[in-house]
Amino acid sequence: MSILLVQLLNSLFYASVLFLIAAGLSLIFGVMRIVNLAHGSLFAIGAYIGAWLVGRAVGFGVPVIWLLLVMPVAALAVALVGVVIEPLLLRPFYRRAEEYQLLVTFGLLLILEDLMRLVWGALPLTADAVMDTIPVVHIGGLVYPGYNILVIAIGIAAAVALWLLIYETKFGVLLRATSQDRRMASALGLNVGLVYVAAFAIGCFMAGLGGAIVVPSHAAVLGMGIEALVLAFVVVVVGGLGSLKGALVGALIVSFVRTAGIQFFPEVELAVLYLIAAVVLIARPTGLFGTA
Amino acid sequence: MKTAAIALPRSPSRLWPYAGAAIGLVVLASVPEFLGLYQTQLLTYGLIMAIAALGFNLLLGYTGLLSFGHSAYFGLGAYTVAFLLQWFGIHSMELYILLGLPVAAIVSALFGYICVRHTRIFFGILTLALSQVLYSLALKFFWVTGGTDGLRVPRPTLLAGMIDFAGSGGFPRFIRSYYYYVLGIFVLSVAIMWVIVHSPFGKALQAIRDNETRARFLGLRIRRFRWAAFLLSGTFTALAGILWVPLNGLTTPDVLYWPFSGEIVFMSLLGGFRNFSGPIVGGIVFTFLKTYAVASTEYWQLLLGTVLVVLILLLPTGIVGALSRVAKRLWATKEIAT
Amino acid sequence: MSLLRTVELRKRFGALNACDGVDFTVEKGEFLSLVGSNGAGKTTLVNLITAHLQPDSGRIVFEDRDITSMTVAARIKAGIARSFQLVNLFDGLSVFDNVALSIFAREGKTAKITALAANDGDVRREARDVLAEFGLAVKSKLPAGELAQGERKLLDVAVAYALRPKLLFLDEPTSGVSSAEKAQIMDTVSSVVRSGAVTAVVIEHDMDVVFRYSDRIVMMHEGAFLADGPPDEIRANEAVASILLGTPSPA
Repeated sequence: MSILLVQLLNSLFYASVLFLIAAGLSLIFGVMRIVNLAHGSLFAIGAYIGAWLVGRAVGFGVPVIWLLLVMPVAALAVALVGVVIEPLLLRPFYRRAEEYQLLVTFGLLLILEDLMRLVWGALPLTADAVMDTIPVVHIGGLVYPGYNILVIAIGIAAAVALWLLIYETKFGVLLRATSQDRRMASALGLNVGLVYVAAFAIGCFMAGLGGAIVVPSHAAVLGMGIEALVLAFVVVVVGGLGSLKGALVGALIVSFVRTAGIQFFPEVELAVLYLIAAVVLIARPTGLFGTA
Repeated sequence: MKTAAIALPRSPSRLWPYAGAAIGLVVLASVPEFLGLYQTQLLTYGLIMAIAALGFNLLLGYTGLLSFGHSAYFGLGAYTVAFLLQWFGIHSMELYILLGLPVAAIVSALFGYICVRHTRIFFGILTLALSQVLYSLALKFFWVTGGTDGLRVPRPTLLAGMIDFAGSGGFPRFIRSYYYYVLGIFVLSVAIMWVIVHSPFGKALQAIRDNETRARFLGLRIRRFRWAAFLLSGTFTALAGILWVPLNGLTTPDVLYWPFSGEIVFMSLLGGFRNFSGPIVGGIVFTFLKTYAVASTEYWQLLLGTVLVVLILLLPTGIVGALSRVAKRLWATKEIAT
Repeated sequence: MSLLRTVELRKRFGALNACDGVDFTVEKGEFLSLVGSNGAGKTTLVNLITAHLQPDSGRIVFEDRDITSMTVAARIKAGIARSFQLVNLFDGLSVFDNVALSIFAREGKTAKITALAANDGDVRREARDVLAEFGLAVKSKLPAGELAQGERKLLDVAVAYALRPKLLFLDEPTSGVSSAEKAQIMDTVSSVVRSGAVTAVVIEHDMDVVFRYSDRIVMMHEGAFLADGPPDEIRANEAVASILLGTPSPA
């Protein structure tokens, strides 16, 4: 029984991280109609910055509980990266064919992957210290990291915050208007450029936050972004590209299937995920809640 | 009448492709004589990638579908060769091709059937997801596929076993002979692709690319054409994989990993995906570019990524596209001068 | 037997009644103009007949066969073709290839993958003839995307015509071109169509064009037919006049 609960919590932990990445990807696509192939790399940068900051903070003897602040800081840093990238690399391509946009983000992926190697080297970067900020929890006879539960809470909070932002704020109205009809929004006097940068920055923030919250548990390694991107794709394919609800549901489904897969069919675990994506695309071409 | 200003000059532009091809062939045929073993080997890889990109571009340039999962077919070709060797002890290059292509065709047909029900972004994502299925299978079923270590494939025999490369001096003989073998298949592949894109079928594909609605209103079955293009495209790229693995000596899951699909797209863009010869030029140039990048810096991804971005910004029609534009302008000014 | 008959054809878009129980007949050999203000339902009617849209209810009968459930491809095979108001061409292909493709499609030759398109003499000859009839022969080698607007409209019609349909729908073939060109285009279109014994239904806004070239004029208003008859009769029709005077026809 307690093992089941642990597996459940693990799934939710994983789902939180996936949700953050996928929601960012979906938001960017929903507003800007761009599929950012470098999105996974931004997630990885969040992980690296998070781990690096933790290392520095521990070196300075910062009290352990303050380490939790590293997460939003890392996420903000990635958002800043996004603010730089969008006008420089993406804006010249909005009028161009979709193929070019995809390729530019692929080029960005290559650049970012090597920048991470340049700055942080080829060895994994850990942030174990953060795991100690939250005391362990006892489930049945098992010991479970309290930190994981915090991550789940953060995931839920992020979902709520994002939902509020999109549906209850004035800025959310701008986002939705721009995503539905960019030219109309611009004709109505909306500064579409600003909305785009903001949307992109929010998407990057989410990805970076995902990286920052996962790194205490899984060290930052080169190539993690590339792997994460494919999983994010599976999530948005299942849930529907451009849908917040879809990102949430998709993340949960993918996460549970993965956990079950690892438990019962370790050989085909990954393949099952991709097959699910394919099956969903066949049955419901736009995903469960897609707007395409 | 305003014809003089609009109509193209009576340029020999129709002869250029054939002249260029003839010259190119002569150059390629004489390479092993003038360049060393290493360069010959490199160019062999280049020709192989040219075939891969040529196959890929049938889908992109001619049918308007951007696949981000072509590593699947390349890898499929490579692993099929490895399995043929491991399970049946086959060493013949001809058998590798004759048996490998149908396997690739079947998988392409299956994947294609799934993918062509969608367009644009979802098509791309689906192709990527399917290639990742193969990647993860190759990784996980390590007792069959060798996992990350991969499977070794030693030098094959060419021409129905008549030529083998055992014994001393085998390596340089292999490199030289294999180059001509690949060159021969390359020429054949180019010729076949040329006929395909200039056939009524090829014209129909381009029509569907340009205007799906109108094509439908000519009575064309859009999905069927796309599926056929997908099948051909996957099979061509698989041929490249089949040719690649005996030269590389080894196949690993890397060749199924999705960034490799990105490289194939990169190649086509580099050469120019709106021209027939674009992917050929792109495949060869990219191979050299990547080899030198990897050799010169640890951060070759950074270099390649920057090249890609600059390329898209400045040279979106690729090398061949830019060259043909220059040629047209030169020709036009010549007309005005006369 | 009429060439085409619609029976109580209906189509709604939400609150908009685009087609309100329309009984439309077209006789063989006619050159018919379909007129009416914007939103009257003309394009919807054509879309329904050409299978671009599915009706809510009603039947479409072509040559005494019920084609209501036929696909686009089947209707084209039966002999119905159309051109488009917003020019729909294959911009990346040459003018010649645009027409040639139409012929290949008609002949069922588009599956041919082992022979060059350029080698099919019959198709090439026919394409050349069609282009000559439409006055586009000299532009054959140009990419379709490089033609002037008037030529593009002509090519659009030529591509549909090359399907050798029995019934050809032309959706505003003279929209977006100068008045001088309008006459040129309609001269070409009507002479080609008549000499080819093709029945034509033209959606048109320019009443001068309509009166000059049509055998019969059908006027639609709010999804139904308001008037139907030869030009003289329509000219004398009071109801028609009030509609026409109230809504000037822009190009």
